[in-house]
Formats: sequence, C-alpha cells, structure tokens
Amino acid sequence: MHATSSIRETLITGGKTVRDVSEDISRQVEAKPTRLWWIAFGISLILFIYGLYCFVLLLWEGIGIWGLNKTVGWAWDITNFVWWVGIGHAGTLISAILLLFRQKWRMSINRAAEAMTIFAVICAASFPLAHMGRLWLGFYWALPLPNTFGSLWVNFNSPLLWDVFAISTYFTVSLVFWYMGLIPDFAVIRDRAVRMGHKTRATIYNALSFGWDGAAKTWMRYESVALILAGLSTPLVLSVHTIVSFDFATSVVPGWHTTIFPPYFVAGAIFSGFAMVLTLLLVTRKVFKLEDYITIYHIELMNIVIIITGSIVGIAYITEFFVAWYGQVPAEFYAFYNRATGPYWWAYWSMMTCNVISPQLFWFKKLRTNIVATFILSIIVNIGMWFERFVIIVTSIHRDYLPSSWSMFYPTKYDVGEYIFTFGLFFTAFFLFAKFFPVINMAEVKSIIKSSSEKKH
Amino acid sequence: MSNTKKTYWKGIPQLKNDPQFVQHADKEFVDLGVQEDPGHSRRDFLKMMGFSVAAASLAACEAPIRKAIPYINKPLDADPGIPNYYASTYTQGGNYCSIVVKVRDGRPIKVDGNSLSKITLGGTNAQVEASVLSLYDNYRSRGPKAGEKATEWESIDKEIIAKLNDISSKGGQIRIVSNSILSPSTKAVLEKFKAKYPTTKVVQYDPVSNYGIVKANLESFGAAIVPSYDFSKAKVIVSIGADFLGTWISPIEFAKQFAVNRQINEDQREMSRLYSFESNLSLTGANADYRAMIKPSQEGTVVAQLYNILSGNDSKSEIANLTKAAAELKANQGASLVVSGSNDKNVQIVVNAINNLLGNYGSTILTNAPVNFRQGNDEEMSAFIAEAKAGNVGGVIFYNCNPVYDHPQGEILAESLSKISLTVSTSATPDETASLSGYQTPDHHYLESWGDAEPKLNSFSLSQPAISPLFKTRQAQESFLTWAGESTTEYFTFLKEYWMTRFYNSGSGVSFQNFWDKCLYDGVFEIPTTAQPLTFSGNVSAALAGLSAAKSGGQFELSIYESVGIGNGAQANNPLLQELPDPITKATWDHYVTISQKDANALGIDNDAEGRTQLVTITANGKSVKVPALVQPGQAPGTLGIAVGYGRTKVGKVGENIGVNVYPLVTAAGDSLSYSALDVKIEKTDEAFQIAQTQIHQTYMGRHNVIQESVLSEFKKDPYAGREMPKITKWDEKVDASTLSLWKGHDYNNHHWGMAIDMNSCTGCAACIVACNVENNVALVGKQEVINRREMHWLRIDRYYSNPAGTDADDLQGLEKVAENPEVVFQPMLCQHCNNAPCETVCPVAATTHSSEGLNQMTYNRCIGTRYCANNCPYKVRRFNWFKYHDNQQFYQANPAMNTDLGRMVLNPDVTVRSRGVMEKCSFCVQRIQSGKLNAKKERRTLKDGEVVTACQAACATGAIVFGDLNNPESRLSQLLKVDHFKEVEKDGKVEKVINYGIDKKIGNPRAYRVLEEIGVKPNIFYLTKIRNKDKATENV
Repeated sequence: MHATSSIRETLITGGKTVRDVSEDISRQVEAKPTRLWWIAFGISLILFIYGLYCFVLLLWEGIGIWGLNKTVGWAWDITNFVWWVGIGHAGTLISAILLLFRQKWRMSINRAAEAMTIFAVICAASFPLAHMGRLWLGFYWALPLPNTFGSLWVNFNSPLLWDVFAISTYFTVSLVFWYMGLIPDFAVIRDRAVRMGHKTRATIYNALSFGWDGAAKTWMRYESVALILAGLSTPLVLSVHTIVSFDFATSVVPGWHTTIFPPYFVAGAIFSGFAMVLTLLLVTRKVFKLEDYITIYHIELMNIVIIITGSIVGIAYITEFFVAWYGQVPAEFYAFYNRATGPYWWAYWSMMTCNVISPQLFWFKKLRTNIVATFILSIIVNIGMWFERFVIIVTSIHRDYLPSSWSMFYPTKYDVGEYIFTFGLFFTAFFLFAKFFPVINMAEVKSIIKSSSEKKH
Repeated sequence: MSNTKKTYWKGIPQLKNDPQFVQHADKEFVDLGVQEDPGHSRRDFLKMMGFSVAAASLAACEAPIRKAIPYINKPLDADPGIPNYYASTYTQGGNYCSIVVKVRDGRPIKVDGNSLSKITLGGTNAQVEASVLSLYDNYRSRGPKAGEKATEWESIDKEIIAKLNDISSKGGQIRIVSNSILSPSTKAVLEKFKAKYPTTKVVQYDPVSNYGIVKANLESFGAAIVPSYDFSKAKVIVSIGADFLGTWISPIEFAKQFAVNRQINEDQREMSRLYSFESNLSLTGANADYRAMIKPSQEGTVVAQLYNILSGNDSKSEIANLTKAAAELKANQGASLVVSGSNDKNVQIVVNAINNLLGNYGSTILTNAPVNFRQGNDEEMSAFIAEAKAGNVGGVIFYNCNPVYDHPQGEILAESLSKISLTVSTSATPDETASLSGYQTPDHHYLESWGDAEPKLNSFSLSQPAISPLFKTRQAQESFLTWAGESTTEYFTFLKEYWMTRFYNSGSGVSFQNFWDKCLYDGVFEIPTTAQPLTFSGNVSAALAGLSAAKSGGQFELSIYESVGIGNGAQANNPLLQELPDPITKATWDHYVTISQKDANALGIDNDAEGRTQLVTITANGKSVKVPALVQPGQAPGTLGIAVGYGRTKVGKVGENIGVNVYPLVTAAGDSLSYSALDVKIEKTDEAFQIAQTQIHQTYMGRHNVIQESVLSEFKKDPYAGREMPKITKWDEKVDASTLSLWKGHDYNNHHWGMAIDMNSCTGCAACIVACNVENNVALVGKQEVINRREMHWLRIDRYYSNPAGTDADDLQGLEKVAENPEVVFQPMLCQHCNNAPCETVCPVAATTHSSEGLNQMTYNRCIGTRYCANNCPYKVRRFNWFKYHDNQQFYQANPAMNTDLGRMVLNPDVTVRSRGVMEKCSFCVQRIQSGKLNAKKERRTLKDGEVVTACQAACATGAIVFGDLNNPESRLSQLLKVDHFKEVEKDGKVEKVINYGIDKKIGNPRAYRVLEEIGVKPNIFYLTKIRNKDKATENV
C-alpha cells in the first residue's frame, strides 16, 4: 500500500524566472513613484500630521481632552493598543511559525507581513506612552534602570511592567528578523544599481545590505540566523498577547478577571492580524501588479486561518458567558449581562456579528477565493476585533462593583484623533516601506519558482 | 669575549655621544624641543565654546525667585509651620455654630467644631466648613465706597454722620435692617446708635423665616420665641416638612441629638423612630423610618388630623402612616416630638397643642431656653418695605443682610432705595443690596472680627479674629459706634467692657483678664438659667378653624426649600458649596425644580441618567421662572420643589447667574411668609439642559455585598440581621471569603489604622466632604468636568434608593428602577485602605504602596499616571488629575483656591497640591497622623487614642465616622468594633494566645462588615449595618 499525494498548486504563477522575480520586485524600488502612490502617501501623511497635532495637544493640555472619567480610566487608548498589538501578531506568525513548519506559501507574503508587524507595534506602543499622565517621566521610570532614587525601582508585580518587557522584546526581535531578511534583497537592488550605473542608490543599498557578498558561506549563516530568530519569535507570538491579556486577567474587575484570556487573546490577535495582512496585501498586490506572486491560493489559505481563529474566538465568547452564569458570582454575571443588554449592547453585538458570524462565510469556497469578498470581510474582522477590545475594556469597568460610580464613556475628537494618528503613522510608514524596500522576499521566492529547465516552452 | 658583542646604534648621535642625545636617551620619543603653542587646542576651544553657550543659555532661563522672609519680631505663639487654634463663632443668616479656627502661619485654613459648646457639641455642617474659603473671596470689597467711588473711612464717616444728623434733625426715620442679631454686645452698640439718633428702629428678618413659630408661640405662650428642641429625649419624632437634619433652625444641634438614639448595638437594641410627612425628599425624609408624601396644602390637614386623633376627636386618618404615628406618639408621651416646617401660625399653634397634649414641653421642647437664631419679624420687614416704597424712610443701614436679593419684596425695595436719602450697606461684598446703596462700608469677614453671640438664652459664645483684616474693611459694630459719635471707642474695648459689666462676677476671685481669657479660650460661656417653662394657653379651635378654612391647592403645588449646600444663598460664591453634591439629588453647580416621575411623564419631561433634561417654566404668585426639571423619587406627585439661594446676580465669578432667584415666589400668607405656593403652573419648554450630577445610578442593584441593611424588629431578634456572609466554594467545602488569600498579609507592629462608619448615624449631610476638600486641598473642577464625571472628591457619599416593592432580585433591569417613595441609604465612600490593595500590585512604578501602619499611600511625585490603579480599584475612589487644576485660567472660576493669589492662602501647607497627570485619593489624613505621632514622640510617649482625628471624622456631627488604631485595645474604634487583639497559635503542641498584629483581627461587632468582602482585598474600613426602625422589612430588595 502506498500513499500518493496530489501535486500541489504552484505558489508563483505566470512562469516567472529568477530574472523576472528580480525585475518585478526591484522595479518598484527603482522606478519613480506612481501617481497612485503619491495620492495614497499624501493622504496618509495628512492623517499623520493631524494625528500628531492631537498627540501634541494631549501632551500640552493633559489626558482630560480625552473622554475618560473617574470610572472609565482606559477606553480608546488601551483598546487601540491591544488592537494594534494583535494586528502585529500575524506578521510574526507568518514569518516565524510558518517558517518552522516549512509552509512555503508564506514566502511571498512574509516581507509585507513583517513590515506590518513592525509598524503595528510602533503604533501600539504609542498608546501606552500617550495614555500616561506624565509621559515625560513615565517613559523611563517604567524601565528597570539603575538610578539614584534610593530604593525606588519598578514594581515587578505589575502587568504593565510585563507589558513593557513583552512589547520591547517583541519589537526588537521582529525588527532584527525583518531586517535580516531584507539584507540579500537590498544586495540585489545594489547590484542592479551598480549595473545601471546608479551610484547614489548603489551606495545607499550597499550600506543597507551591510555589504552582502552572496557567498555560499554567507547564505549558510543567513539561513541559520533566520532559523534561530524564527525559534526566538515563535514563543513571542504566544507570549506577547498572553501578557497583554494579563493586564486584564490579573485585575479584580468583573469581566476582566478571567482565566480564559491568554489563549483567547492570542487567537484573536492572529485572527485580526491575518485580516490586516489581507487588507494590506490585496491593495499592494493591485497597486504593484503582483498578482503572480500573491495568488488566490495564498488568499484562500489565509482565509482558512481566519475561519479557524474566528471560531476559536467565538467559542471563547460563549465560554465566558457560560462561566459567568455557572460561576454564580453576581458582579461577574452582571458584567456579562450588561455587555449584551446594557447601554453598550450595540458594541457587543457589532463584535459578535463581525467576529463570529461574518468569518463563517469563508466556509464557502467561492467567497474565500473571491478578492472583493475577502477584502470586505478582512475589514469587517478588524472592525469586530476593535469592538472586542472596546467591549472588554469599557463595558467591564463602566459598571463594576459599586453602582454609585457607574458611568458612561463618550469619546472626544481627540480620542479619535489619537487613533487617526496611528493610522497616519502606520500607512505613511507602510507606503514608504513599499516604495523603498522590496515588498516581496525575492531571495526566498526565487527558491520556490520552477527553474527554467522545468519550464514548458 | 665582551668585545664580540655587537652594538647597534640608534643613530649617529648615539655613536657620537651627543650631549643633547644623552640627555633624552631614556625617552622613547625624542622631544625635539620645538614647542607648539601650548595655549588652547581646537578641542579646548570647542569645549569652552560649548560651555559658554550652555552657560549663557542657562543664565537666560530666569529661575523664579522665592523669598522666605523671617520675622524680625516674631509674634508671640506664632511659630512657622505650627498651627494655632482659636475658638470663635460662625453666625450667618440665622445659622450658628461654635467653632475652632486652625491658623497656620497667620492664615486661617480650616474651621472645626468646638466641642466645648453645649449647643453644637463640636459638630459642623457643610456651610460652616466651607466658610473659611469665603474669607479669601476675590469678590470681597477692598474698602469703603461712596457710590461707585472708592474713598477713605474718615471722609465716608463724615458724610454719613452729616446725613444722619440731617435726617435725625428733621425727624426723618432711620432704619437698621439686619438678619437675626445674635450678639448682645451688638445690640448694645445699636442701642447707643439709637440713643444718638432716636428715630432709629432695628428691623430684623431672616432670609428663611421662622416667624410663624414665633407668632404661634406668642399666641400659645405669650412669648415671641423659638424654643429649644431636644431630639435626644424623643423616642418618636414626627416631622411635618421640617428638615431638622438639613436646614431647619439648628440642624447641627439637632443632628447631634438625633444621632444619640440612632446608635444601636447588641446591648442597646432600641432606637428612636422618625416619621416624616413632606413633599420634597429632604435629608430628614431620607433618614425617616416611615415617610409619607403629602402636598404642602396638606400640612395643615396632617397636623389637624394628628391633633384630632390624639385628642380623641377622631380615630384614624387616611393619610399614610398618620394613624400609626399618632398611636405611637400617644404611647410615648413626654418622650416624643412633633415638629413642623410650616411658617403658618395656625399650623404651628396646632403643633404646639399636640406637643402640649403629649406632655413634650419641659422634656423635648424647652420654652425656657429659647434660641435667638431666628428673631426675624416678617411683619416689621414688610412694614419697612412699605415705608420705603412710600418714601417715608430717611435713612437705612443694611447690616449683615441682603434683602434686595433674599426678601420676596426685594425688587420693590430695590426700586425704593432711590427714594431714601441715605442708604448704607455694611456687607462685606458688593452684593445686590450693597451695590444699590449710596455708601458701602464693608464689614470684616467673621474670621477677622471680634464679636459675641447668644444663640440660646444664657448661652454665650465669643468670636475673635484669626487674621488681621485682609482689606481696608472695618467691623460694622465699629462703624455704628463711630456714627453714634463714639469714634474713640474700639469695638473690642466695648465688647470687653460689655462682658465685664454683664458677666464678670468680681466676687469670684478671678481677675477679669483671667475670666476673659478663659472665655476667649473656650469660645463659650454659660450662665445658669432661672427662666421658668411657659404654660400653653393657645386657642386651638381658632387655629383649627383657620386650617380648615385654608385654600386647597391647584393641580401643582410648589414647596420652596433651602438646600443643604447653598443654603440661603449668602455663600453662593463659595465653590466648595457649589460643587458639593446635594445629598439627595447629587447635583452640583445647578439649580433645578424637582418633580415626581409620574408628573414628568405626564408633562413629557425626559430626565435621563446623564442628567439631560428640559427647562420648564414655573408660574407661581404671578411670577415666572425658567429652570431645568429634575425627576426626584420621593417627590409627592402634584408637587414641585425648588431651592432658594440661587440666581444671585452680584456675588462674584463663582456663583453668578447660576439658576434663578425664587425668593420672589415666596408670598406673605397672613402675618408671615409662606414657603409654598398652592397654585402653580408648570410648562415644559423644548430647551435642553444638562444637570451635573456626581452619581447617575440610583439603586444598589440588590448588591448586599455593598449595602447591608435590616429593620429593628429583625435586629432585636438577631444582631446579625441584614448581614451577608459571603462564602467561597473550594473543591470540597464552602469557606468564609476572608479565609482564602494569595497574599501573605502584613504585620503592623506599631499602629494599625482603621475606620468604622455607622450607616445608621450617617445622615448624609455632606459636612465631611467639604471638610475633606479643605483639609486636603482637593481641587474643584467646575460644572463641565462634573458632567464629564471627573469630580475630585476624595470622600463621597453614595446615596441609594430602594426598588419598587416586589422587585425580583434576579430581575437585573427591574433593579435599576426606583420606588416612587423610596427608602434611602447613605454610604460615605472613601479609600478603603485595603490590606491586600489591588491598586498597589498593578502600579508599574510602585507609586502607591502599603505603609507599615496599614495605610495605602500614594506617592504623587512617583506617579506616572497610567490609571491602572483606578481601574482596578473596586471602590472607585481614586481620582486622576485630568488637567492642571492649579495656576490654570481654565479653572479660575471653579477653583479660586488654587488659581488666585488670595485663594491660595487657604491651602493647607501640609498637603501637596497635586500636579497634572497624577492619581490621588484619601490618605486617612496622613498629615494629621504624622503630626500626632511627632507630638507624641516629642513628649516621649505613645500616641493616645483620639489624638489623631481625620477631617471627615471631626466634621461629622453625628459621630458616624470613627477613626483609630486597631492595634490599640483602648481605642474607641477597637471597642466599637469589638476587636479581638489575640490570635491562637500552636506552639510545641500547645495552643497559645498571642497578640495579633496582622490584618485578620477578629471583629466582634455583629453589625460590622467590609464592603465587597468576597473579593478579599480586606479593607481597613468597616461599615455598620443600616437598621431602620420599622416593624417589618418592606418587600423592597
């Protein structure tokens, strides 16, 4: 008896040669930016500048310009923080875990996904910074630095401190991993620049590629470092969002104090991250005409990940409700009752619709291989995941133990402005990246195209 | 052999043995002697330039220069940093309180009650506590003014005297108009003035009049008095619209007396019972055991029926609770009390008859100790205004009053003032009356003044200045003396002489100076009363006839009341009172009309949880006002309630134009003013308004881990009645919630601070909130920030209403609804100083930590403002500085104490003014604990119980708050809570009793519980269950 496996679908279509790959990808970097790019970049920059104004005003006037109050101490700030961190997770999952599992389909998407991770983590980090009452002191007092304040040091019991470690580690490892992967591709651009006699570009990309020589030994080292970093990043995919969930899980607030949070947050992070990768890639694919590299097959696989993680999240929501009822703790039960029927019922049901019901549409092959449907659903999922964090944070604390303190949270234009700030930052950075850095990992993609000898003529 | 060794030369010079070479032979690198310029290298140049640029730019940043100037001649007893305390007296608009003023570095910064006073017994209320800030009011007059022109005292005196002489010589009438004058020496001063100008008459009135009582007593007893009441002797109290715990006659005194019979324990299972019949939900009604809603027009009916039942003319009444109340009154003859807030003479005569029937005179009502707070005579005041209108008054001096604002006929008076040739106001601020007067001769603030008072017959009280006058003001008595031609006599000398002649007994063997010093030190002085109780001889049937002839009301009736915070409006410019949440409505900075839910529905008024509502037009007595409507549970259907004290137009930035003035809605009914209007029209407008409330959820949602309450009948059977003992389920058994913990706990080897709050004695009067604000420099934030739910109060009073009868405990939506006539519970809520504090573990920078004495302490300068602690606080008592509340123009109006040079003088130097971006909360007045400990240390002894008193405890008139050391078995707190100071420890197989310094001391008081016991944070504050004196619990949840 023997098993036969079906021939897998080609990952790169269009009969690309090694030369084609270099040409297609480097062209974006070398050519003048297109009109479309300018428009997109311009909008992002405007958003960024407006956001920056809101940010500066926040520092100037105080946290009071947000809509927070004595009862609701966190709202959009930490919602956005968790949302962005979650988004970042897909990049790491794609580049690290899928690398370890030898999922070659990841190769054409990991570069952009990792870039997304880096920018998302930067956006995420801006919120814990912005939300501090005294940022000018907080940004370094929260670090365990040796100081002359006597016995004063950080409090290792605080989940916020764990966040500091988790996020900074995550950011560092992701950045190194991403940059590592860029080095051979920078060398390609440099080599092409030398050939084309473009001196400045050659110098810049030579520096960026750290003088990559493409020798076999260099490649060998490159591969090992990539594997080691993948090994390092893999636990981070699980740990970072676990630690973020501890901000809530270790508290006494009904609705936060839940042991289910770590796995539920991680699944949610991957869920939202894949949705964001899809949103970005579908646009990039179109703008840079990369249909042969990012194929329907890629999109379908990612949609499958979305169904799985979406279902995990859905089960988690239901489990929370079951436990709230089964536990018979009045405050806990009320917190969940209030989520579904209280003044923020609309947020809860938006979350349920976007996160639990809508991804189930991907059971239909027609939908999960349809670009437009995927694009719309990817945005819906991210809206749903934003509401998930909002629901957890705001609806839990706005009505906790003492009814005398129950109150509502209404966002101000500066809450929105701070969110816009991160969108501006994210897209400005992403468009700069897409213009000046190779958006697809040429070196890796070259390893999975069919060699010219296999090609039909 | 030696010759065979080769020699290598370093060069020709070595071979030649050049002397210059030999000299440097040991150096590896030869210095060729060519010296470069040793002065400055390029690096040096850069360094120096860098330094100079840095130094120059640093020098350009001007450092603020702060001067500390030492005393050249240090005043006696004034030590920098050490407070002095002076006994004094607060009298204002018919209110009285004996006080102790805390003076730090020459500035009064806090007012406390004087426990030596037999009247107020050390209690205060919100207005008294707040009055210290009025001293530093920016709106105060800076000096005398003739018309609009600032002038000097000499010239203004000359002008006034000349005019007085002119009027007097022509036989023109001179009037001195004042609120009740409590001061006997002032009366003597006025006599001198009268002697000089014989056409002078003193007219006394009070903004909120009790003339009906005076008049009734004149007819019942032949004496125009307001008697003293003693609620502590009453077992059954019936209040018909008299808010004696909030505003009626002498609320501090009454609250003290009332509390005596409300404190119960296992050994003392009896308490007084309070019946309330009223239309607005007042503080008294909120504390009543049985409360019935009546319309103002029914007040007469209630007293008449009560009289008829008691006198046997009738057997029962249709008014809820009245038959029952009558029966109990009858059963407690001589130990009961019936009071009415009505200003109708006939009602008060019947009330007198009822009390006489019950034998309450001599026990709970003392006619031989009449009070002087309310001597106001409505008839004389009306007569004066009529005279003024007719142009028959030659000169008027307004002393300590503001009738243009606070008299119903103020408008007429304002118009008539131009007809009077001499108008003088001694008001300390250019208020509504002063600004219309020809001369403003501003009086001192009471904290700058000398004075005395006779609040009750033969009980005296002294005032002394706690600071030298801030402005060029002059004490009114001195002005009167000057105008009376006694310009050489200082009022202080006059006062002293008055006391010498009146009170000093030269045969007592004490020198007058010693006698005076003692009186001044104590602040109070009493002489034995010889007056005999009066006998009742009123004409009840005439009064009853008068009552039955009274008009019945229209569709809506209006009841005009004094609010606990703003009172009669004299202190409307005090932001402490404006931002003080009304004990019942929890509204701040706003004026509103209260309306029942039923009527609001009928009128289509939608007052939602966020305080959003519509303006309504109210027309009463031919006058209309437009105010927002506030739906008030407990408001009798068909009635509206509105407070006086708002709508001031000339009061200063803080209180100006908040609300409307409703004094004009008060009418004369018979001889006295009536604070109700019986036929009122209300019309809804479409104008939206948002009322700023500090609490927007009204019920406690059936959460018995928050509020534990029961009724006396249950308590008698089981002192644990109403207690909920939460259990936690382990895998095999259920255990007490407090026995499980992840934490190791703490050992407090010295002190272990704790607090007990008796929800039975707490009346919700809110004096503690103001006291806390003043003591701890708590920022005031203004209306918009209260709407944003960001008030900074460290201590708040949670007020919960009960649900409609029959609400199912599982009906979570039904639990949000409020009964039509709810039971009310007050729960002062402040930092619980948890032993396992959830805020401490989550702070990333350890800015909030645990002290070795059980305090949860906040280190402001370490805080980075993540607000995680506030989110994780189950009690939501942490307050964040959303903005910079000090030195910020944005908060100038709301928070003058931190934004004006004058206001800043009130700040307590022992407490940091918090900066933007940091968290703050109750510290258990750690500055007081520290100073208490330091004093004890200096005297080489341990701290005694009662030496450290928190500001809230000191302010609490009913003694509901007890702070102390849980480690000290002698402390009042330990005894109240019945703390077991020992624990059993197994040692070598034997069980030994050792002293328990830990956090888990056993509490023996069956009423004591910790809020949210089951979450295991183990607070150091214990609450004592609320016990209502009811026969059986209502079916409310």
